[in-house]
Amino acid sequence: MLIGRVIGDVVASQKVPSHEGRKILVVQPLQLDGTDRGDPVLALDAVSAGIGDRVLLTTEGFSSMTAVGRPNSPIDSAVIGVIDSVDLHDK
Amino acid sequence: MHLGRIIGNVICTMKDPALIGQKLLIVQPLDRKGRDKGYPVIALDAVGAGAGETIYWCRGREASFPFLPANLPTEATIVGIVDSVNIPVN
Repeated sequence: MLIGRVIGDVVASQKVPSHEGRKILVVQPLQLDGTDRGDPVLALDAVSAGIGDRVLLTTEGFSSMTAVGRPNSPIDSAVIGVIDSVDLHDK
Repeated sequence: MHLGRIIGNVICTMKDPALIGQKLLIVQPLDRKGRDKGYPVIALDAVGAGAGETIYWCRGREASFPFLPANLPTEATIVGIVDSVNIPVN
């Protein structure tokens, strides 16, 4: 999983039926210091996250499908948690 | 999934029999501002997408799931046609 920030959403009226009823979020993966890590991805929303939220992002198929509750559907990324806080232990 | 734009198509006469009847489209991945990002990929089409459209596509084994119960050898499939992208600037 990765830490990410929801920076937007996408509207698509014509899509595979298994994506119906779920928000498509634009999520920017983050490094631990909060800076951007690569480019944004589109992820289906499993936890009612919103724009601006810091979230837990899965980037693998099985976990994404399981979280969204749509087995055997073309989902490779999902938002599976809204992060309250991250503690980094001192080295 | 990732944003992309359809910039072409590929025709193969000799191909895996499971791919017969499937559209092979060339997808240019896009960044958050809609600019080209990285190299184009070839993707199957599960939603009837066409030239120039902004789409989103799925990669990996999951890309074959729209075609179940057939098992198609694809690692990238277009799964939605994008109407609009809303990214508010902070």
